[in-house]
Amino acid sequence: MAAGHHRLYLPGDTPVHRLPPEAKLAAAVAFAIAVVATPRTALWAFAAHAALLAAVAAIARVPPGFLLRRMAIEIPFVAFALALPFIGLGERVQVGVLSLSAEGLWAAWNILAKATLGVAASILLAATTEPHRILHGARRLRIPSLLVQIAMFMLRYLDVILGEMRRMRIARESRGFTARDLRAAPVLARSVGALFIRSYERGERVHLAMLSRGFTGTLPVLDDRPAPPAAWVAALSPAVAAAVVAALARVVA
Amino acid sequence: MGDAAAERETTAAEPSLRVRDLAYAYPDGTQALFGVNLTIERGERVALLGPNGAGKTTLVMHLNGILTPGHGEVVVAGLPVRKDTLREVRRRVGLVFQDPDDQLFMPTVREDVAFGPANMGVRGEELERRVRHALERVGMLDAIDRPPHHLSFGQRRRVAVATVLAMEPEILVLDEPSSNLDPASRRELAEILRGLDVTVLMVTHDLPYALELCERSLILSGGVIVADGPTREILADAELLAAHRLELPFGFTVPEAAPAPDLHAR
Repeated sequence: MAAGHHRLYLPGDTPVHRLPPEAKLAAAVAFAIAVVATPRTALWAFAAHAALLAAVAAIARVPPGFLLRRMAIEIPFVAFALALPFIGLGERVQVGVLSLSAEGLWAAWNILAKATLGVAASILLAATTEPHRILHGARRLRIPSLLVQIAMFMLRYLDVILGEMRRMRIARESRGFTARDLRAAPVLARSVGALFIRSYERGERVHLAMLSRGFTGTLPVLDDRPAPPAAWVAALSPAVAAAVVAALARVVA
Repeated sequence: MGDAAAERETTAAEPSLRVRDLAYAYPDGTQALFGVNLTIERGERVALLGPNGAGKTTLVMHLNGILTPGHGEVVVAGLPVRKDTLREVRRRVGLVFQDPDDQLFMPTVREDVAFGPANMGVRGEELERRVRHALERVGMLDAIDRPPHHLSFGQRRRVAVATVLAMEPEILVLDEPSSNLDPASRRELAEILRGLDVTVLMVTHDLPYALELCERSLILSGGVIVADGPTREILADAELLAAHRLELPFGFTVPEAAPAPDLHAR
């Protein structure tokens, strides 16, 4: 219930959900590094990485459909990869009527496979960890407190700002405005400006409210119990396995 | 050290709040307050009434030292508001802002209520006890692990009150507590406020709400206190209200002798 509105989070009480967020965060980063370090020609290694993620997803009871739908955010980033086989140089291979660059194909595969695995790992992290707990994890990993604070306020005020944006849109449309072509741009630009000023003013009011409750520049850290070593071992084990796979693949290659 | 000295300056006989000859001009030269004098005794519930632009918010910002007076002084339970007393002053004066979205900025209700006392150095079990107690007093203990933006507006306002109660303040200052509340939330908040054993200063232009909750009212108009007396008498003085752009809602008459707290008794 707690984070019911956040579409990325899948409420549950599995061993993966219960792991300390800082360990999961570290594991996701370590996994991504292991994936990036894997040579692109070691196809079996990528299959092994994918199997590791599938195992974690199964333990966390994250359905494949849930995972796949959220992978869509990857599309704009990898669209570029699809162009590589056409514009790549060097040796060509014939696929049906198309003549593709072998080097380009490998480069595209490299980007697609690595991005997909990294995004899947991040989505698994987000699906099993409430957003504010990820921030707690980041703080315990000693990520600069200013960055954590910025992310925290973003998380808290995103809905508020989206709400204001929606009200402004409804107000515009209620008075007969529709954004049909470029001529609408000045109106939209002014709306964005007004939204910025409102958000800025809210920032000032929030700061006053923080000062009124004794804020002196650092957020108080409430729960600073370190996670038990066993939890770290459990969380990091898929990442360690991925690292072993990557190392083997490099040796074989 | 500063706090310990501050503690010693307090005596039980001191009023919760004393404002003397307070004058303030904004940096752009606009004079907002022209010498405000008021005293609020411990345990009183007082309404500060005034039209928009009367300087109510400016006055409130002085009470916990967000603005520094151009002239005069503010004393909270014997402790003058100065740079070196700010920390203790901000613990003693609990400000509840008008928009709960400004007040509730942490990811969960628990962390938000803990923010104030944690800044004062409270930790561990004592912190947890304070958080739970404050939420209990406003009837929001069930929401302790929820993010504030998933609560209704009335619930958020109650949590906002809890964030301040957790600091165990000497005086609770509420800016327009009834604004944007539906009638049921409005009544629930009134019941909560009436049940608290702290001094309350309520800034509002909701006159029936002032009558319901506060024995005594002040009118701030043009940067000075122009009236100070029992709420019932002030609201019955149509001329006084009209002179300061205050109006009772249509159809509302000040009930005769019935004591205000009974308005909602069934």
